Amino acid sequence: MKLCRVIAPVVASVKHPAYEGLKLLLVQQVDAAMKSKGSEFLAVDRVQAGEGDLVLVLQEGNGVRQLFGIKKFPVRSVIVGIVDDVQTAR
Amino acid sequence: MDLGKVVGTVVSTVKYEGLEGVRLLVVQPINKDFVAKKTAPIIAVDSVQAGSGDVIYYVNSREATLGLENSFVPVDACIVGHVDMVGSKKVTT
Repeated sequence: MKLCRVIAPVVASVKHPAYEGLKLLLVQQVDAAMKSKGSEFLAVDRVQAGEGDLVLVLQEGNGVRQLFGIKKFPVRSVIVGIVDDVQTAR
Repeated sequence: MDLGKVVGTVVSTVKYEGLEGVRLLVVQPINKDFVAKKTAPIIAVDSVQAGSGDVIYYVNSREATLGLENSFVPVDACIVGHVDMVGSKKVTT
């Protein structure tokens, strides 16, 4: 999984049926110092993450399909958790 | 999934038969301010009637095939939505 910061909500009304009713957020990967530096990408939100939250993102289609239980599902990134704290050995 | 802008179309008559009747569009990856990223444009199939100039988002790798009716097609990028807004930034058409 990836550790990311939620940057902004994305509004998209005309879309593939699989995305109907799903909340879409723009997230950016963070580095070891929790600074958003990496690539920006979109993820479906299932945990009501808000702007600025540190989140855990699953970026692998097979896992996403199991999570939603839908076979034909063109979604590849899902926010699976809101992170409270990260401890890394100094 | 990633943000992109449709900047053109691809016409290809000699191609894998699974790609018959599938629209191939040229998509330039963009950032959250809709500014082109310094990467090459990609070719994505379209599942939402996207047109040139549209700000869209696309899914890549295996999941791209799941965006099409026939998912035994050799594609790795599929446009799956038109973007209206990113944060407070509205897409101006």
